Amino acid sequence: MSAPVTDPVADPTAAGVPADLLDERLIQEQGLVGAVLAFVRRVRSGELGSLPVVVGLVIIAVVFQTQAQTFLSSRNLVSIAQFAAPVGIIALGIVLVLLLGEIDLSVGSMSGLSASIMAVLVTYHAQSLWIAIAAAIGAGVAVGLVYGLLYTKVGVPSFVISLAGLLALLGLQLRTLGENGSVNLPPTSGLIVFARQKFVTGGAAYGLMALAVLLYVGARLLTWRRRRAAGLSTEPLTLLAVKAVALLAGLLYAAYYLGIDRGIPYLTILFVVLVVLVDLALRRTRWGRHVFAVGGNEEAARRAGIKVDRVYISVFVSCSVLAALGGLLAAGQLTSVSQSSGGTDTNLTAISAAVIGGTSLFGGRGSAWSALLGIFVLTSIQFGLNLIGVDASVRYVVTGLVLLLAVAIDSVSRRARSSSGRG
Amino acid sequence: MSHSAVAVAPEREVLALRGVSKRFGAVQALTDVDFHVGAGEVVALVGDNGAGKSTLVKVMSGVYQPDGGTISFDGRDVTIDGPAAAQDLGIATVFQDLALCDNLDVVANLFLGREIRRGGFVDEVAMETEAWRLLRSLSAKIPSVRIAIAGLSGGQRQTVAIARSLVGAPKVVMLDEPTAALGVAQTAEVLNLVERLREQGLGVILISHNMADVQQVSDRIVVLRLGRNAAEFRTAETSTADLVAAITGASDNAVTRRAERRATETETAEPATVGLHKGDPA
Ligand SMILES: Nc1ncnc2c1ncn2[C@@H]1O[C@H](COP(=O)(O)OP(=O)(O)O)[C@@H](O)[C@H]1O
Ligand SMILES: [Mg+2]
Repeated sequence: MSAPVTDPVADPTAAGVPADLLDERLIQEQGLVGAVLAFVRRVRSGELGSLPVVVGLVIIAVVFQTQAQTFLSSRNLVSIAQFAAPVGIIALGIVLVLLLGEIDLSVGSMSGLSASIMAVLVTYHAQSLWIAIAAAIGAGVAVGLVYGLLYTKVGVPSFVISLAGLLALLGLQLRTLGENGSVNLPPTSGLIVFARQKFVTGGAAYGLMALAVLLYVGARLLTWRRRRAAGLSTEPLTLLAVKAVALLAGLLYAAYYLGIDRGIPYLTILFVVLVVLVDLALRRTRWGRHVFAVGGNEEAARRAGIKVDRVYISVFVSCSVLAALGGLLAAGQLTSVSQSSGGTDTNLTAISAAVIGGTSLFGGRGSAWSALLGIFVLTSIQFGLNLIGVDASVRYVVTGLVLLLAVAIDSVSRRARSSSGRG
Repeated sequence: MSHSAVAVAPEREVLALRGVSKRFGAVQALTDVDFHVGAGEVVALVGDNGAGKSTLVKVMSGVYQPDGGTISFDGRDVTIDGPAAAQDLGIATVFQDLALCDNLDVVANLFLGREIRRGGFVDEVAMETEAWRLLRSLSAKIPSVRIAIAGLSGGQRQTVAIARSLVGAPKVVMLDEPTAALGVAQTAEVLNLVERLREQGLGVILISHNMADVQQVSDRIVVLRLGRNAAEFRTAETSTADLVAAITGASDNAVTRRAERRATETETAEPATVGLHKGDPA
């Protein structure tokens, strides 16, 4: 980038201080202790990130483990991980629309419609599974496009569009399913096998975890080298080493512990991979940058030359596609599709998960990981309450309260941010 | 001002507007406005609040579409149908309301819409290095480029907005009240910057209410009043009193009487007259 400013700039590295740490007001902490102190300061100023939800998960684990001894058993954890994935994938799409400060209330219906299309094509029309999946995903693309165009060209609020969509898509789902109102997938369907019976165990599981850590460390080291070459501050290598070892130990233990039962579900791996990809797209691509910009200040984004309409449309399409995919996987998991597939429960769980995980309802703030954390919180609560044998009624009340708590935390931390200058 | 015809030697015209009008509902914000800026020229755009300065800037930066009139850039007629079109032409703007994203950090804001990429991903290292270079050249006092804009003071935000306009290689830079929130030292930096931009052959449009600043750095002063061209001056030949009279349009005070006397003496446009430009002899 050439800029017309030609003033000679003092060599920032002359004093041996990285170019970005020259300002004497910048509070600097070195090394490990520094990293911990910096974290504490961030939290106090309202930059909570995923801290509340991690604390929540620990509380959930402790409470349910004392109530029902099998809560933390390998079997239960594998089931939670597997069961959480489909709705988690739907929640991932919700994270995207929330980042724009919008909402999609119809993801449940979308997932149900997608599952119905797939099931009907496979069972009644003898289509191959891949064609059926492509058709279902295509329906997601179409619905997302309609939403995006209605929002950007007509200006209907997303709340209203998706509320209308919720009903319309449910209608289409009922129409697609026909008189029986429910379709059983063939027991040998690849979708069922993938969603229910495929697990990674043993050496493969350990290898997968090691690979993940290797990729993480590799990426960090590359950044580290480039930053150093450019004369910018770098993360202390000891800190990186500590993080890497902790991550590796944690993941290997998880692989071992889940391996006691069935292992790591394919479904969960797909979910995590999608989260990582969406996270990468959000933080490291122009598209992601523009999503945050539009969510933060749409007018500023427009004046920066960003094609705001395209950002909205792409996000609505992504959300509907992820909802369609989640619906397909849920169908595989339940082995059948019915009129109640993707009902209210799915909708609210997916939306709550994104918010509970720490993505702000107010736009411009959040992360793909909040879908993962949030859905694990909700699924854990559901499984825990089932284990202690309480009624579904209690479950709804508890889920509602957790959602309220999450939004309250979001609102309070927003206030803390504005009083400590983090907007 | 015929005695200084030398100063009227026209610079190569970069951006020119002819007969531009813009209406917002019942408010006619701009009426038949002519405006141009040459390469290596600093044009000050002055006028009372509500005179239409910001609206004119937004027309030139593609934020608003004019209802009438033509725009030419580098001699070609163009339509600036959006901010991206203005950017592609090389028109950079510091908006009065800054237009920054509070939730993004300084680096992200500086390069918004023009992110440097490397292998398909945004190149944070290159952008951060360039960000520091830009900010230092403006003597910006910003402790970290990795804090969200929300955490910066008004002056710091303004500096970021100014630095933003220098990313890329603009041919025309428009600054809408760029020093309103700045301290003494930084105001001086911005004025230095304006002069440097002129030396590099860029066209600069400066909006300011500070007549001293305007008179220090501009070559030409265009006065808008109630959305119309009110007057135009060569800076070197203009007194503060002339400017004030043209801006306020006051017709019955010592300032205007003096201005009128000067106008008849030197055949200069009477400042309150609409539609005279470049200080042509009346
Ligand atoms: N977006 C808008 N909608 C309606 N009226 C506007 C809008 N922008 C500007 N105006 C009106 O146009 C006139 C000129 O405003 P502006 O260009 O901001 O003036 P200045 O920058 O010279 O103070 C004012 O009367 C203002 O109220
Ligand atoms: Mg203004």
